[in-house]
Amino acid sequence: MMPDLGTYATEITLAYAASLTMIAALILWIWARARRVKQTLTSLETRLNRTS
Amino acid sequence: MASLWEYANPVKFMKTTGWLLPVTAVLAAVSVVTGLIWGFFFTPDDFRQGSTVKIIFLHVPSALMAINAWAMMLVASLIWLIRRHHVSALAAKAAGPIGATMTLIALITGAIWGQPMWGTWWVWDPRLTSFLILFMFYIGYIALWSAIDDPDTAADLTSVLCLVGSVFAILSRYAAIFWNQGLHQGASLSVAPGTRMDWSYKGPLYLCMIGFGLMFVALVLAGTRTEIRARRIKALLTRERAQG
Repeated sequence: MMPDLGTYATEITLAYAASLTMIAALILWIWARARRVKQTLTSLETRLNRTS
Repeated sequence: MASLWEYANPVKFMKTTGWLLPVTAVLAAVSVVTGLIWGFFFTPDDFRQGSTVKIIFLHVPSALMAINAWAMMLVASLIWLIRRHHVSALAAKAAGPIGATMTLIALITGAIWGQPMWGTWWVWDPRLTSFLILFMFYIGYIALWSAIDDPDTAADLTSVLCLVGSVFAILSRYAAIFWNQGLHQGASLSVAPGTRMDWSYKGPLYLCMIGFGLMFVALVLAGTRTEIRARRIKALLTRERAQG
């Protein structure tokens, strides 16, 4: 199924691997931060509601 | 129809993006994956550039989004400076790392593509240089947000930086035309008659461009939602401290 990339196989594979890695890292970072901040806010609001 | 300014209200923004974000994310994933598979597996080699033409499906959409992300940040910054809507400032902040990643992808894929085609990884060509400066502006923009504790002051100063950096965002788009020199070609796609690209390339390229655009929107929405929550955490902690 892999297309014949000829003499430029290394360059093309490298370009795709580097780009997809960076996009995946960006998505993971945004997702992980969103999750962490959401959890912090939920626990903070719960704590403040309990004390008030 | 709801006014655009209604979305300056964080509650309204969170409610709307609650359903808009998953829809955009799914559409982005489908477009990017389909476009890249189509481009990588089912496009022929170019008569001059051989199989390296497949890099275009990453290089052009990322370069396009690098410039458009800054344009979006500029609009959001102007809204902050003129109307003082916090959501717009937070949206600009959220777009910074995404734009920086897109610029880095454009620079890296460009270098990898340039090596076999031009015989060099890098050259101080007007477009390449203006893109490198744009990347540095992105890094400076992100650093400035992190360096200032007061969010309103940070939003003011980063908005001014965004206005200054817009010069390089425009230059990076039109550098090849302005200077008419260097190794980098002009626009890959043009609406002018006498099209330069065959539809076997245009199809997946358009799909990847749409996909990268939708991915940018989805990530900005997710990032802005996080920034709104982070701002609420800060406000609640400040109120708690004030109450003793």
